[in-house]
Amino acid sequence: MLNTRTFSGGLHPPDLKTTGGAAIIPLPPPKKVVIPLSQHIGAPGKPLVTVGATVEKGQPLSEPNGFVSAPVHASIAGKVVAVGNFMHPFGIASTAIVIEGTGEPEPPLSPVATDGLSLPDEEIKKRIQAAGVVGMGGATFPTHVKLSPPASKPIDTVILNGVECEPALTADHRLMLEEPDKIISGLKLVMKVLKAKRGYIGIENNKPDAIRLLDEKLRGEENLAVAPLEVKYPQGGEKQLIAAILDREVPSGGLPMDVGVVVQNVATAAAIHDAVFHQLPLIERVVTLAGSCVKNPGNYRVRIGTPVNEFIAAAGGLKPEVPLAKVISGGPMMGLALFDLAVPVIKGTSGILCWSAQEAALRPETTCIRCGRCIEACPMRLLPQRLKTLVDHQRWAQAYELGILDCMECGCCAYTCPANLPLVQSFKLGKKVVFAERKREADAQKAKGK
Amino acid sequence: MSEKLLVTVGPHHHAPDTVARIMWEVTLALVPAFLVSLYVFGGRAVVVTLCGVLGAMAGEALVQAVFQKKPLTLADGSAVLTGVLMAFCVPAALPWWTAFIGGFAGIVFGKQCYGGLGHNIFNPAHIARAILLASWPVYMTTWLKPGVATGWIGPLPDGVTAATPLGLMKETLRNPDLMHSLAASGTTALQHTFHELQIGWTDLLTGTIGGSLGETGKLALLLGGIFLLIRHHITWHTPVTMMGTVFLGTLLITRDPQMAFFHLLSGGLFLGAFFMATDMVTTPMTKVGHLIFGFGCGAITLLIRFKGGYPEGVCYSILIMNAFVPLIDRFTVPRRFGEVRAPAQEVKA
Repeated sequence: MLNTRTFSGGLHPPDLKTTGGAAIIPLPPPKKVVIPLSQHIGAPGKPLVTVGATVEKGQPLSEPNGFVSAPVHASIAGKVVAVGNFMHPFGIASTAIVIEGTGEPEPPLSPVATDGLSLPDEEIKKRIQAAGVVGMGGATFPTHVKLSPPASKPIDTVILNGVECEPALTADHRLMLEEPDKIISGLKLVMKVLKAKRGYIGIENNKPDAIRLLDEKLRGEENLAVAPLEVKYPQGGEKQLIAAILDREVPSGGLPMDVGVVVQNVATAAAIHDAVFHQLPLIERVVTLAGSCVKNPGNYRVRIGTPVNEFIAAAGGLKPEVPLAKVISGGPMMGLALFDLAVPVIKGTSGILCWSAQEAALRPETTCIRCGRCIEACPMRLLPQRLKTLVDHQRWAQAYELGILDCMECGCCAYTCPANLPLVQSFKLGKKVVFAERKREADAQKAKGK
Repeated sequence: MSEKLLVTVGPHHHAPDTVARIMWEVTLALVPAFLVSLYVFGGRAVVVTLCGVLGAMAGEALVQAVFQKKPLTLADGSAVLTGVLMAFCVPAALPWWTAFIGGFAGIVFGKQCYGGLGHNIFNPAHIARAILLASWPVYMTTWLKPGVATGWIGPLPDGVTAATPLGLMKETLRNPDLMHSLAASGTTALQHTFHELQIGWTDLLTGTIGGSLGETGKLALLLGGIFLLIRHHITWHTPVTMMGTVFLGTLLITRDPQMAFFHLLSGGLFLGAFFMATDMVTTPMTKVGHLIFGFGCGAITLLIRFKGGYPEGVCYSILIMNAFVPLIDRFTVPRRFGEVRAPAQEVKA
């Protein structure tokens, strides 16, 4: 086995990964889907359908609005019953298209197999954008944009992120075990487009079966390798992953391409394969369902747009004897707590955790005793305790100097804080204000310059 | 599925440690050393510790209830810990009311004056010791002989006091006549000290020597320190550098390995290095900071022990270094991930 690598800082919260052995179960198409136009970072697409239209499964529902934008597709065949504002998992209302299914058995999408690797680069990128592929690790950055770095930033290495460092989630783990060929094909496509020489698949050591399988599959591939990584959160953060595998530090405020690297999630790689080889749009994804309230925890292939409550019901529902207290979309560290279970599963939904009151118990905030655990845990090597004090006192300039904008809100500091201080909340607020202040200053400078 | 859901920002789960748990576990780590003092100094160890704790709790409760009008936080264990630590660094022969005042003053003047838990600059237990030493110097330098029955409270019977090893050593080294006659008979100051006090190396380790209430049981303190290390409440950096500095420094000054071990195992060094210089509130926050802090404490301890008026310097060394903590914190900020030190681009802009 290869060496184990990692980054500085971070910590190891309890794994909670109980569904690693649960094979992916495809769920039948739901009766209704709610498909938000905005499931990615960037401009929402322009809707292509109106109420009353009949849509086929896989038909585009919107067209990209600009370069940093991605379309969405009908994940079931049926009729458009509404186009309007619906609650989005992020806690805001946004434009979504609601489709009611016909209920008829659906014909399979006819996959047109082409040898994707023989296609010209531009065609590959076009197919990826047309299929609506975005980063499926949660950040949902449109993939074709990541594949179009400026000529001044040559890419030498592509890293696939199979780390899945968030506790409780096992969707990527299962995908690596069940669809390794698609993932490797996706990696090759990305490397071809970027003309990268090396490709890695980073996997934490708590998934030895996935490491073994992919290692076997990559035997004989000279420029591809599995990189086993120490089990430590947030090993799957882009910057931490690059530091661990390549020992390169993405500069503060920069992007992976600044050090010649592009990182893609393994699920995204599989979606890239489908998009390029079969021109299949991204209309379903693997979601981990877990938590003590769930009757059948496991990994499910879910249509994009399935309301969370219908997903839970289709997977067997909740245990009646355990009252539900909190539902998290994503992992326990960075996931979003849902306020309404009618919100849909979207392209970035990696897991749905249904927690009991015991699991979701809150602890009272006490006083900072300067223990320094937050500093030790911060993977960006910031001073969380000091930054929080600066935010509390609205010292924005100092907070900027101490690197508040480098905070990625991974939650290590808050997880380990014995005083249970609301550190992440402080930094979310602080980052917003600091960002706005800096923009205002820059604008003022510009105005003066003119 | 229509019940109300709890919505919070991540992280949604949390490490098991709380401030209260840390305080109580540090207190727990002091139990072995307390048992040693019970064996060595008898009932007075119980009375002084209890009065110290009660004084600390009274101080905490008074300030919070009367002046701050805040809910009492006695349950978080921080006042209890200060009381115990204060009692551990005063003589077991201390009158009970002095111990009470010590605990009370430590909390009121050492902690609450600064704003309470987390805000104090100096170690409250050591502030208490400094106040008592300035106010009742005789009581604070009256050391019980180990293993002599003295009752629980009240005046001490005759012949139950003795010097501490460090005290006797200092007296010996300062007495030219004595040193002269020792040299003539081929005896070292260390042999003289051991002989006069009828102790040996084992006594230094187990704690059957004169000294402050909780500082004598070196092995017991080490046990507590190892527990704290395992529980990640302290790191090795401060204790190892502080004790290492004293050991190597003594070796350098005296060129005598026996003296180096004597200084390592005497006085409050173990108690200070494991429990006082690692107090989270009053020490630096980074590991590099811990190394600097530990070295500073060790160096000042040496300075006081070899050049100062007092035989022991652990308490003042830690108090002095406490004052440097903001400075140390300022100069030990870790290099940020991706931080580019060379401001080449900025100059251009």
